Amino acid sequence: MTEHLSGGDMLIRALQDEGVEYIFGYPGGTALHIYDAIFRQQHIDHILVRHEQAATHMADGYARSTGKPGVVLVTSGPGATNAVTGIATAYMDSIPMVVISGQVPLAMIGSDAFQETDMVGVSRPIVKHSFMVRDCKDIPEIVAKAFHIATTGRPGPVVIDVPKDTTDPAITAPYIRPESVKMRSYNPAVRGNGRQIRKAARALVAARRPVIYSGGGVIQGEASAELTSLARQLNVPVTNTLMGLGAYPAEDRQFLGMLGMHGTYEANMAMHEADLVFAVGARFDDRVTNDPAQFCPEASVVHIDIDPASIAKIVPVDVPIVGDVKSVLTDLLAEVALLLEKEPRSADVLNSWWSRIDVWREKNGLNHDLKPEPGKRILPQLAIQTLYKVTEGKAYVSSDVGQHQMFAAQYYKFAEPRRWINSGGLGTMGFGLPSAMGVQIAHPNETVACVTGEGSFMMNMQELSTCLQYKFPIKIMALNNQALGMVKQWQDMQYGGRHASSTYSDSLPDFKTIAEAFGHVGLRVDRVEDLEPAVREMFDPKNKDRLVLLDVWVDPEEHVYPMSIKGGSMADMVLAKAGEGKE
Amino acid sequence: MTRRAILSVLIENEPGALSRVVGLFSQRGYNIETLSVAPTDDETLSRLTMISEGDDATIEQIIKQLYKIVEVVKVQDLAEIDSIEREIMLIKVRATTGDLRAEIKRTVDIFRAQVVDVTPETYTVQVVGPEDKLRAFIASMGDAKILEVVRSGATGIARGTRVLSV
Repeated sequence: MTEHLSGGDMLIRALQDEGVEYIFGYPGGTALHIYDAIFRQQHIDHILVRHEQAATHMADGYARSTGKPGVVLVTSGPGATNAVTGIATAYMDSIPMVVISGQVPLAMIGSDAFQETDMVGVSRPIVKHSFMVRDCKDIPEIVAKAFHIATTGRPGPVVIDVPKDTTDPAITAPYIRPESVKMRSYNPAVRGNGRQIRKAARALVAARRPVIYSGGGVIQGEASAELTSLARQLNVPVTNTLMGLGAYPAEDRQFLGMLGMHGTYEANMAMHEADLVFAVGARFDDRVTNDPAQFCPEASVVHIDIDPASIAKIVPVDVPIVGDVKSVLTDLLAEVALLLEKEPRSADVLNSWWSRIDVWREKNGLNHDLKPEPGKRILPQLAIQTLYKVTEGKAYVSSDVGQHQMFAAQYYKFAEPRRWINSGGLGTMGFGLPSAMGVQIAHPNETVACVTGEGSFMMNMQELSTCLQYKFPIKIMALNNQALGMVKQWQDMQYGGRHASSTYSDSLPDFKTIAEAFGHVGLRVDRVEDLEPAVREMFDPKNKDRLVLLDVWVDPEEHVYPMSIKGGSMADMVLAKAGEGKE
Repeated sequence: MTRRAILSVLIENEPGALSRVVGLFSQRGYNIETLSVAPTDDETLSRLTMISEGDDATIEQIIKQLYKIVEVVKVQDLAEIDSIEREIMLIKVRATTGDLRAEIKRTVDIFRAQVVDVTPETYTVQVVGPEDKLRAFIASMGDAKILEVVRSGATGIARGTRVLSV
C-alpha cells in the first residue's frame, strides 16, 4: 500500500532513500515543517551550524572527502542568501551538493513577503540546476532528479526551493519514489569515442617530451589508479593542478609537483617545453596557463573531460575526448598496452626528457631542506613541512585561501586523492574550518587538519561553537602573518609596497584565548625552536578528542614562490625576492 | 572572423527554463541580437530562436554551454545549414498626403508587404522576411516619417526533410 505523507515528511523520506546520512543546516520560519519532520525520524542527523555559509562548506568538505553529495537545509531569505557563497564555491569546483531552501508560501511569492528572496533566481548562475516545488506530490521525483543531476556528469550543486505550504503537515499525498530517473534533456557522456582514444594513445606513445597534466576531474571521477598506471606504464612525468593534488602520489619520482601560478619550476618548464600536453580532468584555468596565446608553444594537446564545454574553451585541442575519465583512461590503458605489444618501446626513450627535467629540479624552486634557524622568524613553509612530518603525510588537510593555501599545496605531499580539501576555483576565504568539519564528520577516526591564515579564519570562526557541540577534534594550524598575506604580496610586487587595507596587526585578537573561550585547546608559537614541539603537542594523544588551534606567528615578509609573471608564458616565473640569490 | 549564428533551441516548456538561457548570455558575455520563443505543437517543448554573433570558437562555446542547461534538449545553428529565416516587422509611418500614400503603397507592393492598418494620418505595414529585407524596407521608406518599428525577432527552420525534434 502506498504511504501518504506530508511534504515535509516526504522530503526527508526521499533524502533517506538517497542514502543521506547528514543534513547541514540552520532552521528558520519557512523551513520549520521540514525541521519537524527531521525531529520525528532517526535515520538522518542534522548538524546545526552557526552561519549558513558554513553549512554549505561543511556539506562541501563532506562531499570532497567521500565523493557522496553533501546536503544543506536553510530557510528562505537571509538563510538562502547566506548559502550563496558556499554554493558558488561548490559550483566552481564541481562538487556534488543538494541545497534545500525554504521559501514563502506559493501564494505569497512575488509579494515581497517577510524573508522572501527569489532563491532560484539568485542562485541561477551558480547551480548546475534548480527546482521549485509547486505541489507536495512532486517532491519524490524532484529529489531523485536533484541527486541524479548533482552526482552524474560533471557534478555540481542543485538547489531545491521549497515553499512552506508544500510541506504543510495537514496536506498529504502518496509517496511514490521513481524507480529510475530519465530525462530526455540530460544525458551526460560516459564512454569516450574509440577512435579518439586510439589517436590519444598513439600520440602519448610517440611523444618524446610528454607531460600528464591532471586536475580535479581525476579525483571526482575516481580515476587516480588508472592515471597512475598510465603514467608508470610509459614513464611520463605528471603534474597536478591545485584541485588535482593527491590524484598522483606526490612523493613519486615521476611527480613534478603542482603547476601554474605558484607551481614548481620543473612543472611549469616541462609544460612549456613539452611536445605533448596530456590533460585529464583539468580545465586550463587562467591560474595554470598564464597567457593562453603563449601556452605550451611546442605541444599538441590531448584533452579528456566529462564536460564538452571545457574542451577547447581556452586553448585549441588536437585530440578532444569527451567522457568519464575513469572509463576513458581504462580504454586508453588497454589501447596503450596493445600498441606496446605491437611495437615494443625502448625503456630509455624518455631519458633525455627526464634529464632536462632533472636540471630544472636542481633549481630547487621549492626549498625542500628548510632548517629551523634559531633566532629567526618561523617560515610558513617550515610550518607546513613540520605538519607533514608530524602527521606522517596521512592527514586530511583542508585549507582556506591565500598564501597559507599555496604553501600547503606546495609542501604537504598528498599521497592519495580526496585528502586535500580547498576552494580552488572560487577562492573562498572562510572555507577551511567548516569544510574540515564536513571531512571530520565523514571520517570520525581520521586526523583532520585545517591550515588557515588569521584572515580567513576570522571569516568563519563562529563555527568553533559547532565544533564543540559535535566534538570535532580538528587540528587548526593558523599561519599568522598579521596581514592579508597574498594581497600584501601582490602589493609588494605590483604596487610599490603600498599595503592598502591589507594589514591590521594592531587589532588582532589572541587566537589562543579565542580557542579557549570556545571550549577548545589553544596554543601559540612564535619561536622557530618551539615549532615542532608545538605541532607535536597539537597531535598529542592527550588532545585526541579535542579541537586544538595552534596560532603560528610566521615571518610576515615571506612571499609565495615560484610566481608566474603576469602576461607571460608558463616559463616566465619569479623564483625568489630580488637579491635573494635566485632569478 | 565574426559571423552570424541563428541558434534554434528546443527547451523543456518549464518555468524558469527561458531565464536560464537568457541568463547564460549575460553571464558569459555573449551577444544576443534577437530572441523569439513560443511553445511548439508538442506542448512540453518550447522552441527558441536567437541571433548571435561571434567567431567560430565563441559560437561553438555558446552551443556547448546551451547544452549544459539541463532543460535544453537540442540546439542547431541554422546559419550553418540550408535554412529559411523569417521575421515579422510592424512599421507605422506617417501617410498624410495622397502622394506619400501612393509612394508607400508602391513600396509595400514591391516588398510583398501588407498595409494592415490605415488612419487619415498613418499606415501600419506588416513586412515578413529575413532580417536584411526588413532593413531594406526601413531604408526604402525615404521621406516617409517612420513613427514606430516593432520586430518579432527572427525565427527559422531547416529546408528539406531535416527536422529539429526530440
